[in-house]
Amino acid sequence: MGNFKLPRLLLAGLIFFIIVMILSPDMTGALNGYFMVIIERSLIFVILAISLNLINGITGQFSLGHMGFAAVGAYVSGTFTSIWFKLNPHTLSHYPVFMICIVIGGLGAAVVGFLIGFPSLRLKGDYLAIVTLGFGEIIRTILNNIDYVGGPRGLLGIPMFSKFPIIMLFAFLTVVILRNLVQSSHGRAMLSIRENELASELCGVDTVRYKVMGFVIGAFFAGIAGGLLAHLLTLAHPTQYGFLPSALVLIMVYAGGMGSLTGSVLAAFTLTFLTEGLRVGIDALPEFTIASQTYKIGTEWTMVIYAILLILIMLFKTEGIMGMRESRILIIEEKK
Amino acid sequence: MNIFSFQQLVNGLQLGSIYALIALGYTMVYGIVRLINFAHGDFYMLGAYAAYATFFLFNAYLAHMSTGYGLTFIVLLVAMLAGAAIAMLSNTFAYKPLRYKPKLSSLVTAIGVSMFLEYFFSAFPPIGPSMRGFPEILPRHMYQFGGAEISNYVMIDLLVAAVLMTGLTLLVQKSPLGKAMRAVSQDKDASKLMGIDVEKIISLTFFIGGSFAGAAGLLAGLTYPRINPYMGILPGLKAFISAVLGGIGNIPGAMLGAYIMGLAETIANAYNSLLGEGIAFVILIIVLLVRPTGLLGEKIADKI
Repeated sequence: MGNFKLPRLLLAGLIFFIIVMILSPDMTGALNGYFMVIIERSLIFVILAISLNLINGITGQFSLGHMGFAAVGAYVSGTFTSIWFKLNPHTLSHYPVFMICIVIGGLGAAVVGFLIGFPSLRLKGDYLAIVTLGFGEIIRTILNNIDYVGGPRGLLGIPMFSKFPIIMLFAFLTVVILRNLVQSSHGRAMLSIRENELASELCGVDTVRYKVMGFVIGAFFAGIAGGLLAHLLTLAHPTQYGFLPSALVLIMVYAGGMGSLTGSVLAAFTLTFLTEGLRVGIDALPEFTIASQTYKIGTEWTMVIYAILLILIMLFKTEGIMGMRESRILIIEEKK
Repeated sequence: MNIFSFQQLVNGLQLGSIYALIALGYTMVYGIVRLINFAHGDFYMLGAYAAYATFFLFNAYLAHMSTGYGLTFIVLLVAMLAGAAIAMLSNTFAYKPLRYKPKLSSLVTAIGVSMFLEYFFSAFPPIGPSMRGFPEILPRHMYQFGGAEISNYVMIDLLVAAVLMTGLTLLVQKSPLGKAMRAVSQDKDASKLMGIDVEKIISLTFFIGGSFAGAAGLLAGLTYPRINPYMGILPGLKAFISAVLGGIGNIPGAMLGAYIMGLAETIANAYNSLLGEGIAFVILIIVLLVRPTGLLGEKIADKI
């Protein structure tokens, strides 16, 4: 047993988890609750970004409504935990039920993903972009009109189950599963579709099957992330899942690098922190007066900055910061 | 009110005219550079804002212009020029450098341009994110015709769309420029060898598409007098679906698809407002399942 080694990814995850736990308000309190929420949000965006990377980066499709699937996951799991089961986050035995509810939310998102992915992925071309963009708008309209889940008020009173260890567990499992998928023969089939769909079809890859598979798996994890987010914020609201957050996830994928899971993880953390930083920074700017009219620089400028960032990345570093490279941590180790 | 009345037909055609003007830009750009220009709906928004600004500038500095058909015409020209200018600018700065890179990158850039236009205008203090009422540039008159109430706005919408679409059809079918455009859409490299300045033709396509979107923006502002920086998202999406319905890349197809879309949406809206919101996507899914090439589109074989 002398040369037993933990797998690198598990080791990295454990180190991150232990450091954050030590710094958390429950122990030393070096990080206050505000920072904990940002870290938790970052982890949720890690799930969203790498699952979108599976669709957009690895399989080479173009989905624009990733948050639509998160909405399905959030509303399904939120309905289960708050309306049907009335779970209580102070009861420890309710946590396994909660995790099952989150997975059910993910499955719901996967079913919806199949329903809209199948007609559009059967075809070559950019139809998926338009279908998913439309889906993002439609899901919001539908949620606004279902009174059972709160309509335009949103689904309120979702129990606060998304504690840091839970989110960490889901994020870690997502990274592991997607890493194993991407570095398997299925993953290589998906990559070949991105590189050249026609050629991979001629080599015997069932392109439609793999495109739909990538899309449905991506939707499943988006649903998981949506469920976690709803149980972190204790509400699910139709406006949380519009085009804007979808675009934010998209920027993470392209900034990090199409096809690089490492890039997506890094970009999810960087951009979540940057968003908060910009929000605080812009809020602190003083008001100014031009021609007796007072103007305040609004936080909308954050999105202007992101839009410019996205265009600049595409123009000057099309492949993203990481390109196709993976960190050594995310490469499956050879068995000796 | 009867769902299938003459009034509904008129309303549907009016909405269809606006969609048609936007859809033409989508389909022309797609036909030539194979790019879904997500920012196209925002060119339409920009046209509406340019019209709005022109009206107030005129009223502030040239009070005698007040309202009327003359002013409407001037405002229409400004809206078209604004749409065309922003379309050409985004082509030059965002799409042209990526022309020979993977297609996905120009698609992402288009999203970036769209986000930039929307958020820049909602963050820019003189415009702001809130809804604004569009001024009544033209006094509204109602006419009774065949049991329906038809305003002069309807006539303007239909007339402007008809004139522009006729002009475009003549340009594309009869003029040497149109011939060049058709050539570029078939084969860029061969057109280059024939001495066609491909970049100039692409630029011209963006110019025409943008000006049509600008015109649609003014018409929409007049007809449904509320504008905001995000007004272009949904009409842009529906216009794109119209283009897919007619056969993407096909100019008469886009017009046909847009009028079908306008009628379908008006009828569905009279039935149930949720259905009215969603009918466009129902149509899209049906088209993708049943006839992905669209009504007038032809199947293009993959070149190996």
